[in-house]
Amino acid sequence: MRLRYPSNIRIILLPCTGKVDVIHLLRAFEKGADGACIVGCLEGECHYNNGNIRARKRVEQVRQILDSIGIGGERVQMYNVSSSEAPRFVKIVEEMTEKIISMGPNPIKIARKRKAA
Amino acid sequence: MIVAKKKPVEEIIEEVKNYEKILVVGCNECVTVCEAGGKKEVAVLASALRMYFMNQGKDIRLDEVTLERQCDHEYLEEIRNIIDQYDAVISLACGVGVQFMAEKYFSTPILPGVDTCFMGAAEERGVWSERCQGCGHCILARTGGICPVSRCAKRLFNGPCGGSTKGHCEIDKDLVCGWQLIIDRLKELGRLEDYEIIAPIKDWSTERAGGPRKVVREDVRQ
Repeated sequence: MRLRYPSNIRIILLPCTGKVDVIHLLRAFEKGADGACIVGCLEGECHYNNGNIRARKRVEQVRQILDSIGIGGERVQMYNVSSSEAPRFVKIVEEMTEKIISMGPNPIKIARKRKAA
Repeated sequence: MIVAKKKPVEEIIEEVKNYEKILVVGCNECVTVCEAGGKKEVAVLASALRMYFMNQGKDIRLDEVTLERQCDHEYLEEIRNIIDQYDAVISLACGVGVQFMAEKYFSTPILPGVDTCFMGAAEERGVWSERCQGCGHCILARTGGICPVSRCAKRLFNGPCGGSTKGHCEIDKDLVCGWQLIIDRLKELGRLEDYEIIAPIKDWSTERAGGPRKVVREDVRQ
């Protein structure tokens, strides 16, 4: 299909979204990521049975933590996309990029630059 | 195991906001199993606090360590050489660990990172329920292995109260009546006649009512 999607996202490959832990997402934000979207298989179609369900719960935990420390829980979002749904993947990436741009950069990144200056 | 639950990050922030060098200490025992204060939770809390204070423009040092146990001298000694580097410690152990560390490191503020709940079992992933209140004199042999002290809301010793309906307790329709469980188990064990035996008055002085307790074993004491 050779579809185009925003070039400012970095794809991290994992065997299953069940591998994503709360600390992985928090570390990404600590290092300055503006947003993270976790794209797993469709619910009920996980190759490891419930990896994507676990990921959804962990994403929810991260959202709560980010909200409580003033970074913004909406910067993390879980999506379920089948591997044959490339146009939907593109739509999700565009939607997430727009949302993050409207939210502005990660405050940690700004604080770190301020500290370095 | 001792079951604890994580404190909200906001509450911990409030506890530590005036300190600049903080050590987050986890415990590898019960609180690891109930996913409240193990190595993973230490990393998550430390990361959240680092981000919060950085966002506030506050320069703090936040380090992490997880000990095998916090209720034993030998493991608490492992941080003796580093504890003076910190203004405060957040302990993710149960209340026992927090207090024991506070006794050992008397001049360092030791702050709790979890809410200690009860002694219980993991019914399923993410569900823990109370099984023992440490009353100091176990009567499980008489009650079919089900404890009326911890499983009955009124701690009754001679059968259920009038609030037991269809096997459930009157305080919560989702709570199973402890005495219903005892009767079911005695029936299963073929010992239902034991239900007729009047239990003697319990000596509650071995329970918390008798004040803080202590076990001294001269046979193993050094």
